[in-house]
Amino acid sequence: MGLVEVTGLTVGFGELRAVDGLSFRLARGAALALVGESGSGKSTVASALLGLHRGTGAYVGGSVVVAGTDVQEASDDELRRLRGARAAMVFQDPLSSLDPYYAIGDQIAEVYRVHTRASRRAARARAVEVLDRVGIPDAVRRSRSRPHEFSGGMRQRALIAMALACEPDLLIADEPTTALDVTVQAQILDLLHTLREETGMGLLLVTHDVGVAAGSVDEILVMRHGRVVEHGPVATVLGAPAHPYTRELLGAVPRVDAPRVDVSGGKVLGVDVSGAAAAGSASSVGVSGALPLTAKDTPPVAATGEVVLEAVGLRREFGRGKRAFAAVDDVSLTVHRGETLGIVGESGSGKTTLGRMLVGLLEPTAGRISPGGGVRPDVQMVFQDPVSSLNPRRSVGESIADPLRARGERDEGGIRERVRELLERVGLEGAHYDRYPHEFSGGQRQRVGIARALAADPRVIVCDEPVSALDVTTQAQVVALLGELRRELGLALVFVAHDLAVVRQVSDRVAVMRGGRIVEYGPVDEVYESPRNPYTRQLLAAVPALDPAVAAARRATRRAARQQLAAV
Amino acid sequence: MSGFTGFVLRRVVGVLITLLAISVIIYVVFYVTPGNVAQITCGPRCSPAQVQQVADQLRLDDPLYVRYWHFLEGLVAGQDYSTGTAVQHCPAPCLGLSYQSDQQVTQLILTKLPVSLSLVFGSMVIWLILGVGTGVLSAWRRGRLTERVLTGITLVGVATPVFVIGLVLMIVVCGELELLPFPQYVKLTDDPEQWAWNLLLPWLSLALIEAAAFARLTRSSMLETLAEDHIRTFRAYGVGERSVIWRHALRGAFAPVIALNANNVGSAVGGAVLTETLFGLPGIGRELVHAVDVVDLPVVVGMVLVVGFFVVIANALADVLYAVADRRVVLA
Repeated sequence: MGLVEVTGLTVGFGELRAVDGLSFRLARGAALALVGESGSGKSTVASALLGLHRGTGAYVGGSVVVAGTDVQEASDDELRRLRGARAAMVFQDPLSSLDPYYAIGDQIAEVYRVHTRASRRAARARAVEVLDRVGIPDAVRRSRSRPHEFSGGMRQRALIAMALACEPDLLIADEPTTALDVTVQAQILDLLHTLREETGMGLLLVTHDVGVAAGSVDEILVMRHGRVVEHGPVATVLGAPAHPYTRELLGAVPRVDAPRVDVSGGKVLGVDVSGAAAAGSASSVGVSGALPLTAKDTPPVAATGEVVLEAVGLRREFGRGKRAFAAVDDVSLTVHRGETLGIVGESGSGKTTLGRMLVGLLEPTAGRISPGGGVRPDVQMVFQDPVSSLNPRRSVGESIADPLRARGERDEGGIRERVRELLERVGLEGAHYDRYPHEFSGGQRQRVGIARALAADPRVIVCDEPVSALDVTTQAQVVALLGELRRELGLALVFVAHDLAVVRQVSDRVAVMRGGRIVEYGPVDEVYESPRNPYTRQLLAAVPALDPAVAAARRATRRAARQQLAAV
Repeated sequence: MSGFTGFVLRRVVGVLITLLAISVIIYVVFYVTPGNVAQITCGPRCSPAQVQQVADQLRLDDPLYVRYWHFLEGLVAGQDYSTGTAVQHCPAPCLGLSYQSDQQVTQLILTKLPVSLSLVFGSMVIWLILGVGTGVLSAWRRGRLTERVLTGITLVGVATPVFVIGLVLMIVVCGELELLPFPQYVKLTDDPEQWAWNLLLPWLSLALIEAAAFARLTRSSMLETLAEDHIRTFRAYGVGERSVIWRHALRGAFAPVIALNANNVGSAVGGAVLTETLFGLPGIGRELVHAVDVVDLPVVVGMVLVVGFFVVIANALADVLYAVADRRVVLA
């Protein structure tokens, strides 16, 4: 009898079949990843394992047996005894997944007391114990903190601690690291790995990120439209995918360890350097680091193309008096025609603030940008969230026409014609003018956002995390579109992102930011192949590898580094 | 906790500034009314000599800002009013004299305030228990018969005027069933038991209507909280529904309930006119209406200020409670 036995699982919400006849089995102590894009039904499966659909009106068919409990047949009480005690779940967003009003230790203690007859005091002690176990420093004191006083990584550790409290046989992790920075992600994945080694619990990992799965599990199950596409040992599925969809999925994943290449015949990632060169705009981006050390170490990058955007000594402070802090501190950079400058950093590194200053949405506290002066029509922006950055009550055509109207364009026929052109330019149809944002998919909405940025005939487009809200295959298409536009229109792109692999795929030059400063810059391959700055090295080591063997090697390196650090 | 202390201090300063602003506006609006202010203040039956005396005492010859300053002085330090032959001392906080009723405004308010506070705070206890309880129950039993019945009742409650409920209660309880005597105000300090029995019907009729609003608010914010991720977490960890509802979901509904409650308590101190009139309670609301009726300006100014004071204090208190309930508020 396995730990999890799922046979012919079908989950329907009204007309929609989210999961359709899914079967799999997980042995005790084994680890399986459910991998798929959004809407593939992977999270629905995770919820079904704990019977969380009960009472929601969803239709659930087939059989689910977890740790000896038949989830479909079990009474409410039996189900409660399974949840948290024998199978515990770790959720994606650790902030919203914890009650904001209670101390973290109290929340863990509450769960513990539900499943044991422990006294309040014993439960509280258990909470401290598991918090300590997941690496929360000073666990006694920190157990009295509320979730908002924890950092993102610590919150996720706290949720994992809650899961550990009753020593479950199965841990279900639903996108456990999606909301986290890459270095923190590596820590959390390493923690899960160690816990599994020590406790022998089974792991069901739900993720959209093949890289995350590669280093963490023994088996992978690729899902699409609620069905199994491919299921097998991780090395086989990733090394020699049998199904075309798996191949497509893997092909679309940007690799941090590979130089920029055209995947699948230049269709997916059509960002090649030769195009820019052929257009007669061979150029480069020079970035001078804020740290004098790196600035001296690195020879200045020869700038050839026309400078379209230059920032010198940019600084931006938030808050006043004692609470003032500099989100961006002494950053200088130049962007040349036809070039892509990647700006990469973790949350809080100041990359978004920098991007907003470049567009003119934020006034720098110090330093200058040229060409300067308020909002610059020749610098446009593409935003991260294609849903919230479009007005839901206006047609996409109207949204795209905004920059034209702002420029003083009054001829309605001319505006319509131009918008139609722009829509076609970004791969949509001219007839989409009168449609509303909700009628489009995420990728299409991001295309609308790009069309709007193009409307003002900019010379530079600053893209702030333009693909991080998109599925990997859609992401590849949008990245390809941006590259195409750059090549054909001679645009310069500033590509702000946290995803090191995507930045490598699109950029000519890259600037690595940390704490408001640029710690390393240079040609993208140089920075990625031989990083000088220890922080860059740390970032790169934290990126999940697609090859399980490489992932294991990196984990060993990280572990050694930690032990070394602890020994000092 | 320095963040919290600082937060409370900032709120106190805010209260003071707001009160000062209210007093300026009220004072100016009422004393710049068209017509002879001394004549209006003194009342229609005053002799010219009396009117002149009032004009002197109100310092109508001085510019407005001097008069206002004098008014503030009286509030803080008290004031002496000379009638030519005798001197009347009005101790701080002095809100002036009511010439029409021949009383000091502060004294007048002090006799009415306990009645209004008794009514409002007693009623508050009932409306909170009833309203929040109903709200929790209808969120819990969402979509079932219980919820529909409760929603229907609260809808009726919101839509029924207080004088209808109050009248029905009085007719049924006092008239038909003779369970209680017709209400008559008894001071808490005289006889606490009689105080409570006599206020029971006014409490209920005010509370029933307020409770309806609280039930709706509690229900909607509970449903909002119940849809949040952390509720899913506790369900996924086998925590029972009772605990999820009372410990986690209700906690999330606290903040809006506190805010609405502060607002309603504050305004009911001066605004429960209908209830007070219906049950013959000599409270602030009734007196205020009377004072407006006969244009007794010093009384109107004084009472509006006191009512404003309660509204502002109640809201500031709510902010502090809010911060106690949710520490993230302090950071914002």
